[in-house]
Amino acid sequence: MNEKPKKKESLIRNSSFQTIIASLLCIILGLLVGYIVLLIINPSGAAGAITAILKNFLYYPSAAAAKKYFGTTLVKASALLMCSLSVLFAYKVGLFNIGAAGQYVVGAGACLYVALKAGLPWYCCLLAAVISAAFVGGISGALKAYFNVNEVISCIMLNWISLYCVNMLLSKVKEQSTPYTKELSSVNKSALIPNAGLDQLFSKNEFVTIGVPLAVIMAILVWVILEKTKFGYELKATGMNKQAAKYCGMREKRNIILTMMISGGLSGFGAAIFYLSGIEQWMVQQTSVPAMGFNGIAAAFLGGLSPIGAIFSSYFIQHITSGGTYVDKTMYCTQISDLISAFIIYLCGFVLFFKLWLNRYLDKRDEKRSAKEKKGGEA
Amino acid sequence: MEQYAIEMKNITKKFPGIIANDHITLQLKKGEIHALLGENGAGKSTLMSVLFGLYQPEEGEIRKDGKKVTINDPNDANALGIGMVHQHFKLVECFSVLDNIILGVETTKGGFLQKEEAKKKVIELSEKYGLFVDPDALVEDITVGMQQRTEILKMLYRDNEILIFDEPTAVLTPQEIQELMNIMKNLAAEGKSILFITHKLGEIMQVADRCTVLRKGKYIGTVEIKDTTPEKLSAMMVGRDVNFVVEKEPANPGKVILDIKDMTVASKHHKKNAVNRVSLQVRQGEIVCIAGIDGNGQTEFVYGLSGLEPLTGGTITMNGEDITHMPIRKRLTSGMSHIPEDRHKHGLVLDFSLEDNLVLQRYFEPQFTNKFGFLRRKEIRNYANRLIGQYDIRSGQGPVTKARSMSGGNQQKAIIARELDKNPDLLVAVQPTRGLDVGAIEHIHKQLVAQRDAGKGVLLVSLELDEVMNVSDRILVMYEGEIVGEFDPKQVTVEELGLYMAGSKRKEAGVS
Amino acid sequence: MLLLIQYTLIFASVLVLVALGGCFSEHSGVINIGLEGIMVMGALGGALMMKYLPKGTVAPIMILLVILSSVLVGMFFSLLLGVAAIRFKADQTLVGTALNLLGPAAAVVIVRAINTAENPDNVSSTIAYGQAKKAFIVNFGRFEFNWFMLIAFLLLIASFVVLYKTRFGLRLCACGEHPQAADSVGINVYRMRYAGVLISGALGGLGGLVYITAGVSEWKFENGVAGFGFLALAVMIFGQWKPVNIGLAALLFGLFRALSNVYTGFDALVALKLPSTVYNMLPYIISLVVLVFVSGKSRAPKAEGIPYDKGQR
Repeated sequence: MNEKPKKKESLIRNSSFQTIIASLLCIILGLLVGYIVLLIINPSGAAGAITAILKNFLYYPSAAAAKKYFGTTLVKASALLMCSLSVLFAYKVGLFNIGAAGQYVVGAGACLYVALKAGLPWYCCLLAAVISAAFVGGISGALKAYFNVNEVISCIMLNWISLYCVNMLLSKVKEQSTPYTKELSSVNKSALIPNAGLDQLFSKNEFVTIGVPLAVIMAILVWVILEKTKFGYELKATGMNKQAAKYCGMREKRNIILTMMISGGLSGFGAAIFYLSGIEQWMVQQTSVPAMGFNGIAAAFLGGLSPIGAIFSSYFIQHITSGGTYVDKTMYCTQISDLISAFIIYLCGFVLFFKLWLNRYLDKRDEKRSAKEKKGGEA
Repeated sequence: MEQYAIEMKNITKKFPGIIANDHITLQLKKGEIHALLGENGAGKSTLMSVLFGLYQPEEGEIRKDGKKVTINDPNDANALGIGMVHQHFKLVECFSVLDNIILGVETTKGGFLQKEEAKKKVIELSEKYGLFVDPDALVEDITVGMQQRTEILKMLYRDNEILIFDEPTAVLTPQEIQELMNIMKNLAAEGKSILFITHKLGEIMQVADRCTVLRKGKYIGTVEIKDTTPEKLSAMMVGRDVNFVVEKEPANPGKVILDIKDMTVASKHHKKNAVNRVSLQVRQGEIVCIAGIDGNGQTEFVYGLSGLEPLTGGTITMNGEDITHMPIRKRLTSGMSHIPEDRHKHGLVLDFSLEDNLVLQRYFEPQFTNKFGFLRRKEIRNYANRLIGQYDIRSGQGPVTKARSMSGGNQQKAIIARELDKNPDLLVAVQPTRGLDVGAIEHIHKQLVAQRDAGKGVLLVSLELDEVMNVSDRILVMYEGEIVGEFDPKQVTVEELGLYMAGSKRKEAGVS
Repeated sequence: MLLLIQYTLIFASVLVLVALGGCFSEHSGVINIGLEGIMVMGALGGALMMKYLPKGTVAPIMILLVILSSVLVGMFFSLLLGVAAIRFKADQTLVGTALNLLGPAAAVVIVRAINTAENPDNVSSTIAYGQAKKAFIVNFGRFEFNWFMLIAFLLLIASFVVLYKTRFGLRLCACGEHPQAADSVGINVYRMRYAGVLISGALGGLGGLVYITAGVSEWKFENGVAGFGFLALAVMIFGQWKPVNIGLAALLFGLFRALSNVYTGFDALVALKLPSTVYNMLPYIISLVVLVFVSGKSRAPKAEGIPYDKGQR
């Protein structure tokens, strides 16, 4: 009889369970705020709009169309997943990789340039993206390791430097008449990541490539590295206590640089699987860093900083972002979903406090209960 | 009924699972120096936190001048004229001394600071009590002793009547300690009431009028100093007669394990070298102790030895091999074990489990990591369980307990288990008993001697003179980064050592 | 040449305001990465006020109300950071990033909602304020003097005085350097940090307003403020958290920004054949290099970024 409540208790005290609860709370509150905003703008369509956001591709009555747009959401979500992996990987070592955005930009620049200028096949382009993004990540890592430059600041600077550099670089491979880069399908078909039949599953959505499953595999790989390997053990030790890591002979400088390189590489990989699917072209007059990297921060934190959690959180964030395009545009604008996901990130900041509060509450309750039992025993 | 400057009556404060203060009474007379004595964990800091309103007691009351008062936060305490010199100074380093003193009680005119008057008052106070310090100097540029004087001036500037000193001598040289004692006496003579928290019996005997003793959260008693002896106080503090002497056979030194020549380490804080041309040897089967007052280069010396800081000169040879430029990992795998000074900073990854901490020095060995770089979790668990049993490491959930949730003594036991189980040739132990209770200290001393008897070289760095005198076979005194004397513990007195530690004597020649 | 000076001054004004905002926040111990978002919201506040003020409003009142509106909106928005970082001890970088995403998204949603409400066919995120903007500008010959240049300069001096000569400044800095020390002498660390964050919101919001009124007479909120918030962070670091240095750094970085706009007017620069992007990029590169050189003896407030917990002593 005593067993059951104890089991329940341990579940609610379980850290991962608490994380899931906290993330769900963030989502619910975020959606609630979005709904309230919709209500304020125009009460008559609010319910419809919020369902449209949540339904995303299900908006289409025909199963074929829905499947097609589900595919599109997946392509974008897989890029987002890579960015969130990049952020959480660095975070495990105690580094806040706000530079995922810039590394993503560099990855995009490198893979498109190699594809359009050199005409190399997709795996070369992907490799170029990963390597160059890893290089940019490595700069932040090296600055941190050797000059103790705060990685947040150096990443912010590098984000902008990267953006301007990539704009310059890609201007060389853009269409004459538009600010967009040339289409891969017309210039270099070999640079498109193969579909391997996946397009057939999504009503011939040619943008669904093996990049999607690859991203999921990467997530699992990141999890394995962090949880099961010596390297992951070292990284986590460095992240939790840099001094102790140094004391026991881990090469913490090397680890910081390596982490930022891997982190950058993950972002670059994300950019490659996105742009090499041909789904979008780069606009060389961009004046702001694409939000993908920043949304990666959201996905990482919403997923409780777990690679497996990131798979779900990335999909969710992309799902509502894409869903935003289906709101009734005579009343609302698509950015409403940006607002919701931004608010969800904001709420993620409270997760730690929430857990602390929850545990304190549980402690207090336990204490009261044990005090009561004691009294009962004495009487 | 006598009026007390401050009176804490029957204070009881409970935390989950522990009664930190169990009906404690503390009565501070006007103009007296009252010592509060107790080991770590005796409840001294909890009691002070109650006095400053950081905790609310479950039972008991506080009276000032006979009137009952409620203290809800430090501001209330300040308003009642209670001030405290904290063990870790609460000074803003990039502010001037004057700015630190006036912070919180600034004189202003329309919001603008009026510093001239304040400066005059500070200079007056410092002359009156002999607290010499330059009001315009930046705190980061002045000595620890001056920083402490700044803290005292802070209290005086606020016209505090009740001054609390929390372990004020831990960071001072003997001369500075002497000065502080005089200052305290001056202050008491001027009518200030002083509460002096310490665990150093000699200082209590020298300066205090009365002493209240706490042990394990309980009130043991209050005694007049003139009617007591250090032995009696000590017995009250620990609850039994302490066996100060560690039983051991005479040392039987073998061949040289560690040979340091002219080691020099640059300082991060000033232009002088933190460690200056230190040469020493440690042989098999002996405990060599480096004694000295905190901040005389011991920390940097150990950093240099273990590889945490690069040397700017000199060589280190271990087991006949030059390790001067060897990476840290290599040193630790070729025979050195290092019990670090600060177990939270270096010794443990607090958010790791106990088992992960226990393999911190060997996780990379083939027995714990396979050739593909994957950890062998099962082996790690077995290994951890063995150490936990062998070294009696107590924790809530065994190997999966988070290190953070363990007690200080058990954290230290875990570190010692990890370092000793490597079976080192050279054990470097830096303040291995810091912050531990008497039982744990004894246990650790025995283990150090056992290592020595097993033919290892032990290099002990300690700030506690009792430890230095009782455990070591050879004593080296370090002062301002240099070895200023070598002694046989059987032929030297504590007083003599003190003179060397304070830099007032040094042996120029014959330093090996 | 005149154009270059004018652009430099106006950009420097923006940067000085926002960087000082960051400076106040960081001296209180809260890192404010969210300046970009705060700028957007401040700009929105000012733009809406300009849009809705009746045509004939007298210039001084007009200026006052517009400034007030952007300052208040900026402060309100920065409160989001304050509450999360101070009360709930959230990760300041995370929350700051959230503000940067939240600001532009919220601004676009609001502007579009307003535009669509006025005219169902108007789905743009643009607010026009051509008429109202003229109140801020006085023409001296060909030089367009903007009142904000003066305001920014005065606020720079004021910041210096507040930080170094007043009780408030002394206490604020103590909270960013050693909050435990501040607390032990009875200073309410939480309140001082809120003050720091709110001031950064006010200055950041004002900076946003100055930015959108600098050259153009309408603003498309989808563009945000094009990284000026981040550039201001760079200015703050380059200025080593000191008002006077921040002023100089802002002038330098403002010059680069201005060059990227008007470099075609200089034959020597055109001859270099550098794309304008290079001038945009230069400030960031310089900051990065500076960071490498000064990081050893950086004067960043010691306790910045660390949530203050009264219980932990």
